[in-house]
Amino acid sequence: MAIPLSYNIRNVLQRPVATLTTAVGVGLTVTIFIGALALAAGFQEALRQSGSAANVIALRKGADSEISSYISRDAANIVRAHPEVATGPDGRPLASPEMVVVTNKPRLGQPGSSNVTVRAINPEGLAVRSAVKIVEGRMFTPGTDEAIVGKRIAPRFAGCGIGEKIRFGQRDFTVVGHFTAEGSAFESEIWGDNAVLQPALNRDGFQTLTFRMKDPARFAALKRELENDPRLQIQVQNEQNFYSSQSDMLSNIMRFMGVFITAIMAVGAIFGAMNTMYAAVGQRTREIATLLVLGFSPASVMVSFMIESVFLSLIGGAIGCLLALPINGIVTSTTNFQSFSEVAFAFRVTPPALLAGLIFAALMGAVGGFLPALHAARQPLAASLRGM
Amino acid sequence: MAAVEIKQVRKVYQRDTQKVQVLDGISLEIAKGDFVALMGPSGSGKTTLLNLIGGLDRPTSGDVIVSGTSLSGLKGRKLAKWRARNIGFIFQLYNLIPVLTAIQNVELPLLLVPMSGKERRKRARTALELVGLGDRLAHYPRQLSGGQEQRVAIARALVSDPEVLLADEPTGDLDRKSGEEILNLVVRLNREFGKTILMVTHDPHAAERATHALHLDKGVLSN
Amino acid sequence: MNFFSLVLVNLGRNKRRTILTLLSVTVALFLFCSLGGVLDTLQEAIKVGSETRLVTRNAISLVFPMPLSYRDRIAVLPGVKSVALQNWFGATDPKNPRNFFAQFGVDDAFFPIYAGDMTLVEASPPQADVAVPQGMDPKLASYLAEQTACVVGEKLLQKMGWKLGQTVTLSGTIYPGSWPFTIRAVYRARKKSFGEETMFFHWKYLNEHGMQGRAWVGVYVLDLGDPGRAADLAKQVDAMFENSDAATRTESEQAFQAGFVSMYGNIPFVLRVIGLAVVFAILLVAANTMMMAFRERVSEFGVLKTLGFEDGMVFRMVLAEAAIITLGGGLLGSLGAKLAIEGSGFNVGGFLPPMSVHWSTVATGIGVAFLVGAVSGLIPAWQAARLRIVEALRRVE
Repeated sequence: MAIPLSYNIRNVLQRPVATLTTAVGVGLTVTIFIGALALAAGFQEALRQSGSAANVIALRKGADSEISSYISRDAANIVRAHPEVATGPDGRPLASPEMVVVTNKPRLGQPGSSNVTVRAINPEGLAVRSAVKIVEGRMFTPGTDEAIVGKRIAPRFAGCGIGEKIRFGQRDFTVVGHFTAEGSAFESEIWGDNAVLQPALNRDGFQTLTFRMKDPARFAALKRELENDPRLQIQVQNEQNFYSSQSDMLSNIMRFMGVFITAIMAVGAIFGAMNTMYAAVGQRTREIATLLVLGFSPASVMVSFMIESVFLSLIGGAIGCLLALPINGIVTSTTNFQSFSEVAFAFRVTPPALLAGLIFAALMGAVGGFLPALHAARQPLAASLRGM
Repeated sequence: MAAVEIKQVRKVYQRDTQKVQVLDGISLEIAKGDFVALMGPSGSGKTTLLNLIGGLDRPTSGDVIVSGTSLSGLKGRKLAKWRARNIGFIFQLYNLIPVLTAIQNVELPLLLVPMSGKERRKRARTALELVGLGDRLAHYPRQLSGGQEQRVAIARALVSDPEVLLADEPTGDLDRKSGEEILNLVVRLNREFGKTILMVTHDPHAAERATHALHLDKGVLSN
Repeated sequence: MNFFSLVLVNLGRNKRRTILTLLSVTVALFLFCSLGGVLDTLQEAIKVGSETRLVTRNAISLVFPMPLSYRDRIAVLPGVKSVALQNWFGATDPKNPRNFFAQFGVDDAFFPIYAGDMTLVEASPPQADVAVPQGMDPKLASYLAEQTACVVGEKLLQKMGWKLGQTVTLSGTIYPGSWPFTIRAVYRARKKSFGEETMFFHWKYLNEHGMQGRAWVGVYVLDLGDPGRAADLAKQVDAMFENSDAATRTESEQAFQAGFVSMYGNIPFVLRVIGLAVVFAILLVAANTMMMAFRERVSEFGVLKTLGFEDGMVFRMVLAEAAIITLGGGLLGSLGAKLAIEGSGFNVGGFLPPMSVHWSTVATGIGVAFLVGAVSGLIPAWQAARLRIVEALRRVE
């Protein structure tokens, strides 16, 4: 027969100080664990959101990022004219040739400077980038020295407020609007018109060409055709896959760091739980002996203490989840060395991350409780009954 | 001069909302070199009286004077220092520190007086030899019998050479034979070394060994 | 026996608990110092730069190049000893695409300028008789004689499993195609912060095969005779190109490196927050231990006080116990982090030099451990000190 659960729960609650210190120790570990996952998930999501599953992006063969890519005007025109490219209501192709460069701009509020991606589009490009919405000010007027700035970096770099001027090459551009793009990495960019930005930055041609397909089911065939066209020298990918892959390096580093940090912290927390559980077993020597005499098996005593330890850690896990919740949505930024520019993104505390945190806590409890539970189940009966 | 002088001592405890009077205006004098047995039923206030004399607790009113020093004038550090020099305690359950050896337990009170480590060890050894445990110096309490433990405790009470020894049922947890040995030792301390001893006991046989016996009942003394 | 041994004996009372607590403090301080080490490494990265060198780049960003013609115009400025070119190549090894490492196309002037930072330890014998210019390491002869030759760092060589004389083929990302390189020399860093995971090759090779002779330059490195003139010269260079298509930004090499460090954005802040959480978690573990130790010994504190131990002594005893556990763990963890991380030559990656843990971080770690001990011992110590003897003794029965 199993020892009733309420026995353990009552015992855990009976020593509030030890329970709380141990649980918070476990909880902080869980918080850092969830925080690391949330950091990586937020970063990855920002980049994944940049791409639309319905879009296709073309880059130069061998290029592993937008800035290392180059697509000539001729090549862009050939692709735009392809019959598989969808057309808008006005009959023009839904294709956006884009110049993507990195510019170094001074930070606002902290010393130093960092790289910001500047993306130049054609006016019809917005039809392909349907996630982009002006939230303040207005869209830039094609053909003028105007630019719009992503909402997440607007407060982080100098000259990005509406009405302020920002310099590219030898020309000053006026910021006329701030935009959002469903939390994607586009919100960390500055956008303007190809026709004005290209000469200002002394560039010809594009970095990428993004277009919508008439029939996405024919992607594989189109990919083969375009990649084998000797005039183009391009590679073609699903846009969402491409942008997701741009987050691989950094999100892997974040996850690795997170696992490294929490693994070490977990060792400390497990030792803390072991201390508490050994003390709990020690205090109840006579009680445990009584249970054994009453006919409870050593196995059920062991299980009972394991449950107590897991329960104790789960309280910690719950505390950890509560502590982690407020970091959801906090915007932070770092340089994505794959795109060589700064990306501002929000921590994303997801339900699976919370669940992982709880499982992690339970695991710490099980590991920390194992030896003390074994100790409890194996204690010599006669000596324990006599009372230590 | 009396070794211990108690003047009109009252002790009232607050237990929840109720006031419990433990000692009710007791006056008592114990002459230097006396060996007094204090008897009485449980809850009569014997231990409380012992604690007041040892300066472990304070009377609600009245005064306790030990070797000419009024304890009401001593507080905190001064009281602790005074206790280290003037009072030796012997408990029913010995109260040895389990992680220290016999000689280390005996050395403990000497840490409080300026003394070289060598001198400390010499005195602790002498005290243990006196109680007949010269061959058990490095034993831990759990390796000793109850009677031996109590003898270590007596050596600890003696080592700083206090004038007054306070014993709270020193034989209460021992078998007859060991109890007898301890009583003999206490008597010896009184006769040979002139220690003033106040011993709380339930055992009339033990009380017979004392020079005087006092009875405490419901907070009042009777002879 | 003395006061100190009394404390030690008490620590030995529950050895398992003492050791578990000590170990948890150890791992926590190991982590604390490792995180501090990342910040130290960022500091170290700034030091790569020298105050006597300037770096000129395109004002828009590093991604934009400058024409080769700038070199001669910069070189004639009084105060400039020599000028070197450096282009980021950004290729990957197709056999090992996950192992990112840096490659730069450099001209011959690069090596004398950095002779104080790196030293060649191994080189192929020269295939032809080449005159090595004055001031250059004769070991470079073989490299100079061959256009596709390269010089690689010792660590990189080990990491990729390459050998001297081997030809490795990289695939370009910025400059498309397959690029064969032959390893002709191996360098070791003279300053740790310089790193040993970079590959240098002929800028000429890059120009001819990757730029069709358009001769774009990524950055110019200016070696100055007198660091006192650095600020003036930087202004002079930038003024010279201010109105051209490729305006420049010139700064000390140190400031240039600091720019990379500042690109890490909020990451250092995040690490500090984590460090704080680690310290707090460990404080709880230690405090719990001390509370347990206190609760078990209440009656003993009563006995000690009966024997005449003053409240202050009991207070110090408990505090000393806590401090010894945490200081022990702190020493083990902090020194362990320094030895383990610096000994293994661990590299965080990206553009950073090998990871360091500064002594100041180790000292901070030990200080934190001591503080944790003091704080965790404070409540039990205070409770032990104000314990009333009569109540403490009563708990025996």
